[in-house]
Amino acid sequence: MNPIESKQTYQEYVEKKSPNSPILKNCFNAFWVGGLICTIGQIISNICKERGLDIATSGTIVSIILIGISAFLTGLNIFNKIGKFAGAGSLIPITGFANSIVSPAMEYKSEGYVMGVGGKMFTVAGPVLVFGISASILVGIIYMIFNTQSITFV
Amino acid sequence: MDIDWSQVFNFSSLIKCFIVGGLICVIGQILIDKTKLTPARILVIFVTTGVILGGIGVYQYLVDFAGSGATVPLTGFGYNLAKGVIEGAKQSGLVGVFTGGVKAAAGGIAAAVFFGYLAALISKPKMKKQ
Repeated sequence: MNPIESKQTYQEYVEKKSPNSPILKNCFNAFWVGGLICTIGQIISNICKERGLDIATSGTIVSIILIGISAFLTGLNIFNKIGKFAGAGSLIPITGFANSIVSPAMEYKSEGYVMGVGGKMFTVAGPVLVFGISASILVGIIYMIFNTQSITFV
Repeated sequence: MDIDWSQVFNFSSLIKCFIVGGLICVIGQILIDKTKLTPARILVIFVTTGVILGGIGVYQYLVDFAGSGATVPLTGFGYNLAKGVIEGAKQSGLVGVFTGGVKAAAGGIAAAVFFGYLAALISKPKMKKQ
């Protein structure tokens, strides 16, 4: 084996030697857990469809149910175990959004129910809402510029 | 009310949903493993991507194909915001741009706030095991 010459070659050597199976395993776990959460959503949405609800309403019902379940699972410290196993599989679905609200709120519970729980709920969800809503308003403004002849204010 | 359970467990709709939803999560997992992005940033990236893809109309195809497989991931939340904004713009112009998005996502946001607070209240703070 050649002597390790510089920091960079050492880095390359370490990367070559370190096992790259975790990423495959992580991706596999993320795939099936994420897929399963979405499938649960699809089953709920199919039930709503069978009951004659429109797509938008069933989508809202799916979100509310999944958010409710994952919020309480986070409160019971169960969701964190799923998250450790599944990684992005539980983070990327809407369940991760609920988890990101409850986790910091639980952590700062000792700081009180208003500024502790109520305030820290939005440490992660706040940015998500800020960027999501701002981007959607930009999309709307661009849409109005290109798709309507005259911009109407009301 | 009678429910046709064969429609509820419609295999093709569930398998499409499973695969697309799973793949979207795999993209997130690759971002976690290969970059140094924090989960918060990844959530922001996913929602913003959903807004952009929803705005230009690409995401609609994915939703039509995969149903909840596309709407349950956070990109679907962004898609919902963008769709609401465009519908609002069609109906009531510039005011609709500001009201449409949150209106479409209101159920999810309100549920997250309400259940989130409730769950945090009933939870027992636990020391982190290192």
